Amino acid sequence: MLIEALIAVCLLGAGAVMVAPDRYAGKLAFGISALPVVGSLYMYFGFDGSGNALLGGDIAYETFFEWLSVGPYTVNYHMGLDGISLPLVVLSTVLTMLAILSAWTPIDERQSQFYGLMLFMEAALIGVFAALDFLLWFVFWEAVLVPMYFLIGVWGGPRRKYAAIKFFVYTNIASLVMFIGFFALVFGLGDAVSSTGLPEIAQALRAGQLSALGPVPASTLALAAFVAMFVGFAVKVPAVPFHTWLPDAHVEAPTPASVMLAGVLLKMGTYALLRFNFTMLPEQAATLAVPIAALAVVSIIYGALLALAQSDLKRIVAYSSVSSMGYVILGLIAYTVYGVGGATFQMVAHGLISGLLFMTVGVFYNATHTRMVGDMSGMADRMPVTAGVFVAGAFAYMGLPLMAGFAAELFIFIGAFQSTVIPAAPLFTALAMFGIVIVAGYLLWAMQRSLFGPFRLETDYEITRAPVHDVVPIVTLVLLIVLLGTVPELFWGMIQDASAAVIDVGGDL
Amino acid sequence: MSNHWLLLSPAGAFLLAALALFVIDSIDPDSTNGPLLSAVATVGGLVAAVASGALLLSGAIDLPAQFFEGQLVVDGMSLIFTFIFGSVTALVSLASLDYVRELPYKAEYYLLVLLAATGMSLMASANSLAVVFVALELSSLPSYALVAYLKTNRGSVEAGLKYFLVGALSSSILVYGISLVYAATGSLLLEDVAAGASEAAATYPGVLGVGILMVLGGFAFKTASVPFHFWAPDAYEGAPAPVAAFISSASKAAGFVVAFRVFTVAFPIGDVASSVDWVLAFTILAVVTMTVGNFAAATQENVKRMLAYSSIGHAGYVLIGLAALTGAGGVGAETTALGASMLHLLVYGFMNTGAFLFIALGEHWELGRTFEDYNGLAREAPVACVAMTVFMFSLAGLPVGGGFLSKYFLIVGAVGAGVWWLGAVLAVNSALSLFYYSRVVKAMWIEEPEEGREIESYPTALYAAIVGAAVVTVLLLPGLAVFDVAAFDAAGALL
Repeated sequence: MLIEALIAVCLLGAGAVMVAPDRYAGKLAFGISALPVVGSLYMYFGFDGSGNALLGGDIAYETFFEWLSVGPYTVNYHMGLDGISLPLVVLSTVLTMLAILSAWTPIDERQSQFYGLMLFMEAALIGVFAALDFLLWFVFWEAVLVPMYFLIGVWGGPRRKYAAIKFFVYTNIASLVMFIGFFALVFGLGDAVSSTGLPEIAQALRAGQLSALGPVPASTLALAAFVAMFVGFAVKVPAVPFHTWLPDAHVEAPTPASVMLAGVLLKMGTYALLRFNFTMLPEQAATLAVPIAALAVVSIIYGALLALAQSDLKRIVAYSSVSSMGYVILGLIAYTVYGVGGATFQMVAHGLISGLLFMTVGVFYNATHTRMVGDMSGMADRMPVTAGVFVAGAFAYMGLPLMAGFAAELFIFIGAFQSTVIPAAPLFTALAMFGIVIVAGYLLWAMQRSLFGPFRLETDYEITRAPVHDVVPIVTLVLLIVLLGTVPELFWGMIQDASAAVIDVGGDL
Repeated sequence: MSNHWLLLSPAGAFLLAALALFVIDSIDPDSTNGPLLSAVATVGGLVAAVASGALLLSGAIDLPAQFFEGQLVVDGMSLIFTFIFGSVTALVSLASLDYVRELPYKAEYYLLVLLAATGMSLMASANSLAVVFVALELSSLPSYALVAYLKTNRGSVEAGLKYFLVGALSSSILVYGISLVYAATGSLLLEDVAAGASEAAATYPGVLGVGILMVLGGFAFKTASVPFHFWAPDAYEGAPAPVAAFISSASKAAGFVVAFRVFTVAFPIGDVASSVDWVLAFTILAVVTMTVGNFAAATQENVKRMLAYSSIGHAGYVLIGLAALTGAGGVGAETTALGASMLHLLVYGFMNTGAFLFIALGEHWELGRTFEDYNGLAREAPVACVAMTVFMFSLAGLPVGGGFLSKYFLIVGAVGAGVWWLGAVLAVNSALSLFYYSRVVKAMWIEEPEEGREIESYPTALYAAIVGAAVVTVLLLPGLAVFDVAAFDAAGALL
């Protein structure tokens, strides 16, 4: 019941913060958000699961009881963690706490509602990563959208209404497409499954129990469902060409919401890809390996080129996510332990690093009220700590050794290189690696122009060092990134353990 | 077959509360003691809801039970619907305390609500076409008067007149259809009609067929299904908002419960298919109703009208329960579809009532009725706006409330019964509906407020009703499990 306790703390906390006066809301929310961090770390140290939760592994912190029964299917309340979901739960709790701290400066109106929504979103995120029944999972999946819609729409920048609606509509239609795809599979399985439980469905699909649905033969059904789910999740990831909502949402969202969006919400997409597409339908994935790998490489290169073309620091970071999530897709389609494990590791690493960069950009923006690279110059003079953190984050992004990004990308590249599923895997890998060069290019260029050189920003107020509560979260994130980079074994062991089961299918992939 | 009189207590609660109001009003006709009148009506509704819920879920008394030589039947379905009527009546009566505070003839207002609810609970139990007609009139006549209750308001009077004229016409169609069915089968009791149906379908196919279609038309009016829907937007818009909540939730559910029983019990599709294929008729009705309702709702600028059209769209969703009775998917799938329709009406009773009561709050504050008039309202009334957000998202089928699950059940039922494309139409319509529902949310939370709006009072009873409806809507997401077995059992008992 530990997972439920975490969710309950977040939900009750959200309620408490909503009714608290604005003055105390931020501090109260920060205090409450520390509890799930403690809880998730406790779960980390007491973790006794093994294998993959969907493929017959031992599930840690499992809760199971019957919820609803409808026709031939029961819907169960089934929660639990394995080596893939636990790191993401830890990431969610830690990043939410830091994002709440980073909100103290920029959020100056309707604070209690803002922090309440952040905690509500945390509850939903934990649920997404822990739920093991489709309907339950979908409830959490959609519940994440609602607070984010408000966070962008109420506290966002000048074009917030447009960005919020676009985000909402895009991701909702994606959910619908995915929902239809998934239920086509459930109905196709017919009597082979008796519930909407993800483990049961995954194992039935892997055992080849899918039968024809009406006039549609099983093979076509599986392929169509794979594509529908892939498109649905690719919007969330986002992969090119489904990425156009992301820059709008990111640029308009307030900093803490951007942190959550890039840090955790995008991982929902790749997590779902791993859980649904790549775990349940490996043969269809293998069939589509070339287009998917090509999509991944295009996302990496094109996303990086788009970032290169931006002059708004926040847009640069936003587009770089498209590129980084492309690595995740490449790792997943590789179908090797290093590939799939590396992709999961990259989810955590990118969550920390992009969260860090967004927070840092936010700190600069709080001080200067501009995000234009061309306007800023010599920020390192006035805000040395923040600038130093930004440099550290940028290097982590480029994959500097001993930082989390390096470990993740290394795993992915090894995995992709070894892949037997993707034809001409070394070629795709080499193309993808070229993305790193572009990343280094735009980040170095952006740093060069905004941080160094003479200070020339003219404002009618003094630009000084950031307050402590702005610096603490970004420094914490740097420490975590270095920690994960130097001791990847913190998560790598459990990730590898859970990923191996995904690969191990009949041996013919 | 038991005939335990306790099973009539839910309907009795409505009737006793109505009589109590008569007595109170007779003793002191000039009384303006709103709280007392409202409390009597609210308690009447609550008692009816609690009693029917307890009878349904406790299983203390064997169901079904028949009364008056089979004219009335109390079974799982009638108890589920009486629970809906009781809940809606309680919410509406509670909310009306603030809404009709300044208006004369308060006792009559609550009395009409309770008499309509009595009629509805009789509709849920009607087991003969004669009782169907009498009960339907008992619920309709007070509704006409309630819609025109704001008698100095042109819109209200016009709406009442329109509702009355269309209603009277539909009643005559219904009663003529009943007479044709009687002519063909020689009986009014539903079981006896069914017994004679296959012979009548062979002997008088035309008489029976036209009769069934006319009965269908009468029910389509009551449920505001296309093409008998055109009275609904005007009536809902002109009516006092609590009354709109009442007739769009409870009255619609009453229309459906009669349709469920009459068509499954009296006209088994296997027996009458050679005369008229009413499943096909309901299929067409479902698709057209869903689509017309949702597209019309998407083009509205007036929130109350938008809700009225969306209410038509939801009637289309519920019709899937009848459209799925094709016989292709087996009894199991049909049970799921019909049970899902009942569950959707149950959830709808709370979320739609809540939404209209929020409109009542807006009217209480004299905000105006367009989307723009709600701009920035969340700053002044955050609690009510949270509740409205829950209603809107739940109506749209997002998993913040029970609306998501009941739609999911409908899809599973439709697919299982072999009409998977009806499920697809539902899903697409549902996605479209998010567009106009989220406009309300966007206006309340994201848009900047209008200049110079003054909100002075925060009416307690209205707030309590809205928040109560929102809490139940959210609780029905995990809590629909309490009702699902009962609903599927009730549907199974009919089929």
